[in-house]
Amino acid sequence: MKRKLPSLLALVCTGLTVIMALAWLFPVYWIVATAFKSETDTIALPPSFVPFPPDFGAFIYVIQNSPIFRWYLNTILVSSVITFFSIFCALMCAYALSLLDFKGKGLINVALLVGFMLPFGAVAIPLFMLMNKLHFVNTYAGIILPQIATPLSVIVFKRFFDQVPIDFRNAAVIDGAGDFRILFNIYIPLNWSIIWAMAIVTFIGAWNNFFWPFIVTNSTPMLTIPVGMTQVQSAYGVAFAKTSAIAVMASIPTAAAYLLFQKRVTQGVMAAAGIK
Amino acid sequence: MTKAQPNDRPRQRRKRRSIGWVFVAPFLFFYTAFLIYPALQVCYLSLTSSDIAGQGSFVGLQNFAELIRDQDFWASLWHTLYFIFLTVVPNTAVGFFLALLVVRLKRLRLPVLSAFFLPFVLPVSVVTTASLWILDTNFGIINYLVGSSIAWFQDPVWAMPAVALVTIWWTVGFNMLLFIAGLQNISTDVYEAASIDGANAFQRFISITCPLIWPVTSLVLVLQLIAQFKIFDQVYLLTLGGPYNSTMVVLLYMYRQAFQLNRGGYASAVAIVLVVIMLLISALQFRLLQGKRAK
Repeated sequence: MKRKLPSLLALVCTGLTVIMALAWLFPVYWIVATAFKSETDTIALPPSFVPFPPDFGAFIYVIQNSPIFRWYLNTILVSSVITFFSIFCALMCAYALSLLDFKGKGLINVALLVGFMLPFGAVAIPLFMLMNKLHFVNTYAGIILPQIATPLSVIVFKRFFDQVPIDFRNAAVIDGAGDFRILFNIYIPLNWSIIWAMAIVTFIGAWNNFFWPFIVTNSTPMLTIPVGMTQVQSAYGVAFAKTSAIAVMASIPTAAAYLLFQKRVTQGVMAAAGIK
Repeated sequence: MTKAQPNDRPRQRRKRRSIGWVFVAPFLFFYTAFLIYPALQVCYLSLTSSDIAGQGSFVGLQNFAELIRDQDFWASLWHTLYFIFLTVVPNTAVGFFLALLVVRLKRLRLPVLSAFFLPFVLPVSVVTTASLWILDTNFGIINYLVGSSIAWFQDPVWAMPAVALVTIWWTVGFNMLLFIAGLQNISTDVYEAASIDGANAFQRFISITCPLIWPVTSLVLVLQLIAQFKIFDQVYLLTLGGPYNSTMVVLLYMYRQAFQLNRGGYASAVAIVLVVIMLLISALQFRLLQGKRAK
């Protein structure tokens, strides 16, 4: 009898948890559902909860009347380049900080810590002026360059490199391998899962970044999706199906990346927060 | 290795020293050019009457003198603190609560966890689009279901709580993940021992879970404090600082001064205040982490 009671309680608890999870997803569902309605259906009362038959009008309108594919291309390009260079630079730097001995290492460690604490918003003004002087406003370079150095990735990779037994490197040094080969043939393969995790997290972060692209771009063809969609929305005025359709299209890549690589994203988020 | 020739060592060491710089060079280039240099620049700019193109003259501490008397700046600081009050503790508490719910699941764990975490990977503009639609005064589903007619983002009383609510919905998954990791680190032996001693579930929760999860809780609280202090995106997209400036926060105030009123120097002074506060918070975080490591 004592066993039956907790199991019933557990069942109720699980049921409530599932209901909460569904409620949490409701806004996501609602915006997807709205995207498949006609504009008149979106404001009909009582609202229809399932858009059947689905209406693709909003999607067609958005595709025909906004440079959404250009923005997709911009965002894919920008996020990929940021991810590649940011991970590459962080790996090189982390390797040096973890395994090499050189003058000024302490200074770099301090600089990393300071940069880690510095809010990006605070440097936005001089950064914009710099980009303006370099004629990088409204260019890919302008969006990309300030997002490459991520102290967080360096700190995470360094922590993982520190845990690789030093014998691995010593053995390779005796065999005559240089530091580049040691990094690319030993340290990177050994830490592949965390590198992959940080790469996905970096990509999602770059894709979603709003603040900096918003500051450094204002010409329509150069916008990234998160910035571009807000521009379209203010042009559409009150048009819930269209704004929802563009929101759905903007979120597909990151949502898909998360659902496909769930474990890696979780691992990356934990590592970035300093747990594990 | 110990038998390496003595002549060889200094040269090898020198070579290694230079290779260290080769390895840090790519990172250091981007880091210095696009973070350290602008950070130093902002200090200088705060002492000038510069516009957003960088043209202006040195004015000493005049910007700061003006800042102290600037009612709108103090209001923006106050609104930021109000936002922090509405988000930091609630977001941490909800994250902990959701973690407790998720961590006891087995087969349903992954789908439920994903449901709570999914909003976190969406772009902020998608989150605000969904919020503006769902919380719309006339056609929003929330007002329809609740039977209310609140103008969530247009009412000075409701605007900030509504922005806070959206923020919690969006970011709580992150906190939940950290708490789940923390809960999993608590050894089951401790719970078993307590059960044998006759502690009931509630007692176990109060005297085992809560104290053992505290390091994670303090970490989440500080991370939240740092993140929410920088609030800009959601406010800009949801309310533009309105209605009647009731959601004007520090970073938005800085943005407005710099990019709309063309006062780069004055905006830099606002940025300096922001940095000083952030560094104080980070120092607090550092002490907390140090304390954790010392244990």
